[in-house]
Amino acid sequence: MLEINHLKKVYNPGTVRELCLFEDFSMKVPEGQFVSIIGSNGSGKTSLLNLICGSITPDKGQILIDGKDITRMPEFRRLKRIGRIHQNPAVGTCANMSILENLSLASHKDQKMNLLPGVDRKEKERFQEMLRPLGLGLENMLEAKCGTLSGGQRQALAMVMSVMTPIDFLILDEHTAALDPKTSDLIMHLTQEVVAEKKLTALMVTHNLRYAIEYGDRLVMMHQGGIVLDKAGEEKQKTKLEDVLDLFTQISIELGN
Amino acid sequence: MTDAFLSFFRSLPATTEQGLIYALMAMGVMITYLILDFPDLTVDGSFPLGGAVGTSLILQGVDPVLSALIAMLCGMLAGLLTGLIHVRLKVRALFSGIIMMTALYSINLRITGGGSLLSIPRQSVTLFRNNAVVSLLPDGLSVMIISLVLVVLVKVTIDWLLKTRFGLLLRATGDNERVVTSLARDHGNMKIMGLIIANGLVAFCGAVLCQQQRLFDISMGTGAMVLALASVIIGVNLFKKAEKMRATTKAIIGSLIYKAAYSFAISMGLRPGDMKLVTALLFLGILSADLLKRKEAKKDA
Repeated sequence: MLEINHLKKVYNPGTVRELCLFEDFSMKVPEGQFVSIIGSNGSGKTSLLNLICGSITPDKGQILIDGKDITRMPEFRRLKRIGRIHQNPAVGTCANMSILENLSLASHKDQKMNLLPGVDRKEKERFQEMLRPLGLGLENMLEAKCGTLSGGQRQALAMVMSVMTPIDFLILDEHTAALDPKTSDLIMHLTQEVVAEKKLTALMVTHNLRYAIEYGDRLVMMHQGGIVLDKAGEEKQKTKLEDVLDLFTQISIELGN
Repeated sequence: MTDAFLSFFRSLPATTEQGLIYALMAMGVMITYLILDFPDLTVDGSFPLGGAVGTSLILQGVDPVLSALIAMLCGMLAGLLTGLIHVRLKVRALFSGIIMMTALYSINLRITGGGSLLSIPRQSVTLFRNNAVVSLLPDGLSVMIISLVLVVLVKVTIDWLLKTRFGLLLRATGDNERVVTSLARDHGNMKIMGLIIANGLVAFCGAVLCQQQRLFDISMGTGAMVLALASVIIGVNLFKKAEKMRATTKAIIGSLIYKAAYSFAISMGLRPGDMKLVTALLFLGILSADLLKRKEAKKDA
């Protein structure tokens, strides 16, 4: 269970560019829920993910995971149980290292990074079995440098890497936005499978309203640091693309876009 | 002209010895520059630090291997401090190095007791003179063989280290910090580790060099980083196509070529004092050639 209580975050405090993004933001995400978050630019979607992961710290408020306060915990410690996929596919993998080396690194996340061999050749088959279902041919190019892969291949690999060791949360930050429609669908499908199979709690920020409607069991729309629409379970199933689009347009008009 | 070539060829063995010893430093700089992508100017201080500590210990009659190892430990400490300044105090990479380099100048003078020159007497026991191993080796080749053994030892160790779990994480740190964070590791700590290893090697190189030339000179640090970096870049650029070749091998060959070019320039009549300018120009040449090539590649695309 993820709990966000009375979060406050001001950017550039004390300057002319001061921007109060979150005044008093609260949200609860029960274990195993798949939340799709939509909202216009600057509504606070990505900031929310950054706050949860610890890339930025709030001015006030609390973030709890299973009742444990993690508000001041450094990012790298939180990511022990959180997997995060970014919009830019280049962020999730090391470009100058091979697929095999990247996977080996990820497979040792929960172990000591000591002087044992970094790559265990015996793991090769296990890795290939993980890559084969993706249908991207990655299993036949383990020695290729990640920098030579396509965006979709890198994103799929990043996904495999992030769920290689047990995690509780999957944070998806517009993770299909930089991909072509076909690859986006593939990555979304893969996301769905992974979340279901590993029983993860997932938060997905997306600009693709269709994905937000189609996937996940809760839909949240954010606007100016607050939640303007929150539908879960059956209510979410009944929500149609048009309804969301209408609300979205209304908000945009308010903003003068 | 022929005289110049003759003197170049006559000095080739000595040049190679120098190239091998300097390769130890080049491999250290390879770790910070190539692997961590960290321009580490600490080197200009940790190189003479190794020399000062190593030479002072030799003059106290300490075993040459032990004194070189103690020098290495001191270099590691310098790397640790640069790392802490950069990572914990959030000082920019270049400035962290400059701060340490400047501080080390004074510290090095303290270590030598104020002297900017220390010479090691002929009868002192060093890695290259008056020890049991040297007496077993052919006379003119002992320096070459001992430096080669040191270089190979260090090279094999680094190659092995970079293939361990720790080594992969170190490479990931220079490649993509965010991957390191997502692996629930503090990338700052990894940077510090890299700086420790690199500066340990650089100081070790300083100690070995002083033992070989039986002289410590406080000015040996000036331009040390650029020199080592030039070696690394020469090696890397020359063997760009050789993807299978290890970076350590490239650094060693780069160092040998750099020293050969240096000695060639001297035999053509340049003064030792001119060489920093030559190094700077060489460096600029390589870097701008790189840029031009990249522009060409963009045009093609």
